[in-house]
Amino acid sequence: MTLSEGARLEMLDSLHWGVLDLAKCGDRDGLSIRHSVEWEGRSLLKALVKKSALCGEQVHILGCEVSEEEFREGFDSDINNRLVYHDFFRDPLNWSETGEALPGGPLGALRAMCKRTDLGPVTIALDSLSWLLLHLPCATLCQTLHAVSHQDSCPLGDGSPVGKVHVLGLLHEELHGPGPMGALSSLAQTEVTLGGTMGQASARILCRRPRQHPTDQTQWFSILPDFSLDLQAGPSIESQPHSDPHIPPVSKNARARTRKCSLGSGKRGENKSCRGWGWGKAMQATGALSVFSELKCT
Amino acid sequence: MFLELNNLLNTTPERAEQGKLTLLCDAKTDGSFLVHHFLSFYLKANCKVCFVALIQSFSHYNIVGQKLGVNLTMARERGQLVFLEGLKSAVDVFFQAQEKPHPLQFLREANAGNLKPLFEFVREALKPVDSGEAGWTYPVLLVDDLSVLLSLGLGAVAVLDFIHYCRATVCWELKGNVVVLVHDSGDVEDEENDILLNGLSHQSHLILRAEGLATGFCRDVHGQLRILWRRPLQSTSQRDQSLTYQYKIQDRSVSFFAKGMSPAVL
Repeated sequence: MTLSEGARLEMLDSLHWGVLDLAKCGDRDGLSIRHSVEWEGRSLLKALVKKSALCGEQVHILGCEVSEEEFREGFDSDINNRLVYHDFFRDPLNWSETGEALPGGPLGALRAMCKRTDLGPVTIALDSLSWLLLHLPCATLCQTLHAVSHQDSCPLGDGSPVGKVHVLGLLHEELHGPGPMGALSSLAQTEVTLGGTMGQASARILCRRPRQHPTDQTQWFSILPDFSLDLQAGPSIESQPHSDPHIPPVSKNARARTRKCSLGSGKRGENKSCRGWGWGKAMQATGALSVFSELKCT
Repeated sequence: MFLELNNLLNTTPERAEQGKLTLLCDAKTDGSFLVHHFLSFYLKANCKVCFVALIQSFSHYNIVGQKLGVNLTMARERGQLVFLEGLKSAVDVFFQAQEKPHPLQFLREANAGNLKPLFEFVREALKPVDSGEAGWTYPVLLVDDLSVLLSLGLGAVAVLDFIHYCRATVCWELKGNVVVLVHDSGDVEDEENDILLNGLSHQSHLILRAEGLATGFCRDVHGQLRILWRRPLQSTSQRDQSLTYQYKIQDRSVSFFAKGMSPAVL
């Protein structure tokens, strides 16, 4: 199915705030990208970071999983100049004992962001939420994320409001149980779950706005080498998946397990069948044609 | 090394990629043939290899290595191979006085903390030496296998932290490669191993998964190998993201073929 250019733009206009327009989204300003082994999400995170930088925001990267060079790769100098990379990749646990490690670790850096005094809008990208969740108590992490994302509601001493805060987090969905996943879901206004079929990536966007019905949409997309988003109409008919009798659809390990963390009620993870090595899952992810927002500047 | 596997991976010792983490995994079968492949592969690539061998003795790896065309004894003598024999070293932890923390120091601790001493051993073994040493191409860390560390009392996060530091040092700083083997426990409920396996999967650039056949033992088909290249979504490479082949292990080689295409049944 294809869309006319005019129809695409109209649909994009109506929904482009669904992902990053946090000014209209009330008091929850978080976005989590849930990705899997088969469909990596760091590229999408970088695409969103690029969009924020192009909108004139300062972008803070809490880098725990890849080097600064790898994260900045593919960005031009204009984008890179707007990125502040907090390097927790080289020595996150201070094993080198050289004094070069950032004090307080990632949690200290996050808490420091709660006390910022600059007025402009800022985006904080967490690469990754999973790393933080493995190393910090779930409750501590959630409290800190809540404080970071709500600091714009607390004006400075002179009464002037702090600029809007956008928080983006990358989450490895196979790593965590329903408790922590549910806790993080309750903090995020928008969840983007990556999947795809036959080499075509899709993003399922679950958006919860205050006092509105949640919206659930799926968009096929690709990311260009310069980390621009290219929206797709969907996989072609020729590339629709066919069942392979020799490949089991889901690995035997792909089932939900109750984890030890019992924070909150924690809704059952929607992706419980994606846990473990569900290689067949990616092949079967269906892509309903819907819309995705082109990330525009205000 | 197995030439057919090189063909499937589209690589040779002369033009292997650097700065990569390769995850080897086996489920309901023995994936150690992959360890032997990469050990001989990187020795033939003239790499400086640090092999943390926790499962078998040095002589075992040497015997297999000789079938694949490498001599581990000579490699160790000329300084190309640094071999940590876990089975032997574990005894040293308890019965020999140590001036500095032993790589397997965690075995002495009531509450197994972290693998910092093991990381420091790896870093020391692979750090570049300015003079008096042959010019090795790049460093490689090989670990066989990580699952045994969980059995010895370490937590999955501690093992992930160890690999994180190895990746930062060997892959990023020294532009070398890391190859690790993890067992998939299959139907057995093992949350720690699942965390380790899934966590490493997200860090890996290449995943090789050896699986036993669902129908059980077969004389002519020993298992199937799934190969997954983890590439960024914005990658323009047209190469297949994943491949699946069945294989048969022979005395000095491994043959790969498409499913159902075993020479025994054609």
